Amino acid sequence: MLRVDIEKQLGEFSLTASFASEGRVIGLFGASGAGKTSLVNMIAGLLRPDRGTIVIDGETVDDSVAGIHVPTWRRRIGYVFQDARLFPHLNVAQNLDYGRRMNRLAPDPAQHKRVIELLDIGALQGRRPGKLSGGERQRVALGRALLSRPRLLLLDEPLGALDEGRKMEILPYLVRLRDEANVPMVYVSHDAAELRQLATQIVMLKQGRVTSFGGVKVLT
Amino acid sequence: MLDLSPAEWTAILLSLRVAIIATLVATPFGIALAWLLARRDFWGKSVLDALVHLPLVLPPVVTGYLLLLTFGRRGLVGGFLADTLGIVFAFRWTGAALACGLMSFPLLVRPMRLSIEAIDRRLEQAAETLGATPWKVFFTVTLPLALPGVLAGMVLGFAKAIGEFGATITFVSNIPGETQTISSAIYSLIQTPDGDAAAGRLVIVSIVLALGALIAAEWFARRATARLHGN
Repeated sequence: MLRVDIEKQLGEFSLTASFASEGRVIGLFGASGAGKTSLVNMIAGLLRPDRGTIVIDGETVDDSVAGIHVPTWRRRIGYVFQDARLFPHLNVAQNLDYGRRMNRLAPDPAQHKRVIELLDIGALQGRRPGKLSGGERQRVALGRALLSRPRLLLLDEPLGALDEGRKMEILPYLVRLRDEANVPMVYVSHDAAELRQLATQIVMLKQGRVTSFGGVKVLT
Repeated sequence: MLDLSPAEWTAILLSLRVAIIATLVATPFGIALAWLLARRDFWGKSVLDALVHLPLVLPPVVTGYLLLLTFGRRGLVGGFLADTLGIVFAFRWTGAALACGLMSFPLLVRPMRLSIEAIDRRLEQAAETLGATPWKVFFTVTLPLALPGVLAGMVLGFAKAIGEFGATITFVSNIPGETQTISSAIYSLIQTPDGDAAAGRLVIVSIVLALGALIAAEWFARRATARLHGN
């Protein structure tokens, strides 16, 4: 599903990562500053690796030797950021529809309905992002990413900006997403407990290096 | 209340026409330049930035004279445009629009640039991850979020254009009905005996237009802030 073998120099910091996974949810675990976000940004195409390859769902999206670097907008990935990043000038319904419009996909009312029910965001449709709570914003961001029909969903600490209570409010949605949405995910977190609940495989990062790779057991 | 004579109306309407055309033509260039200065790093950026601001600090008579040399009938560009496209700037209202557009350009670009700089680039990244090409990102995220700043720049540029005097009179002279704007009409009136009352009326019109534009620009700027916060 996802194969990564890259090197990247970011100022003083060097990042080297190599792993291949068929897992449904790859948990990217490490302390802050370990290089998790840089790695996810490379999978998304927002950062270009200095050397190496990235393969998503059989398609090579980065290959430094062959000079391949597929731009972000053609990678068909969904990205949920820690800070939601909803478009402030659009309401919730328009935010949700954005990816479908940009990719010129035909409307799929059944999928639309399923995602909205899954995330419980039906009542928010007409609101502007400024009028949403942090948890609601993050659920809409999840829905927006899913409705662009990605082949891989990247979640970069989606609960990071929320307090404990809110986290507990979102976590069940993520579990349902994993079990029902059928989209493979890369889930970034520095919280082992969170990953134990969600991930099927773990990539552990420490100071820009992969220190272990395997089942959820490596978290202990 | 203000009893304006036909000659005064002519000057006011001409000023409005000149300023509207100048603003509308300058706007796409202004947006492109604002984006370039806000979002790109390139060689010669500071020179370009200085060049845009030059009309603000250069004596207007110098700008007008340079326009005359370049866009006059025998000027390098002016001669070419007259011969090939039949577009004449010298001593025409179109020349007044060119002078006003150039003089107001720094004021027009500035709010546009600031509003583009204020947009969170991470929103543009988010749009890319959702499948938007750079052009679509610009038209669906950057431009809508910058719109209040774009309008504020247009209003400010318009206000500056309607009051422009030095470069315009140097480049296209002061011909009633063709190039005599409010400013040059006031200038003529205060040099004629008994012109005081008419000059006074045009002065009031100028103040009203300028104040109205400033208030509008301020209102758009406040809208921009609200928009960026998603309310």
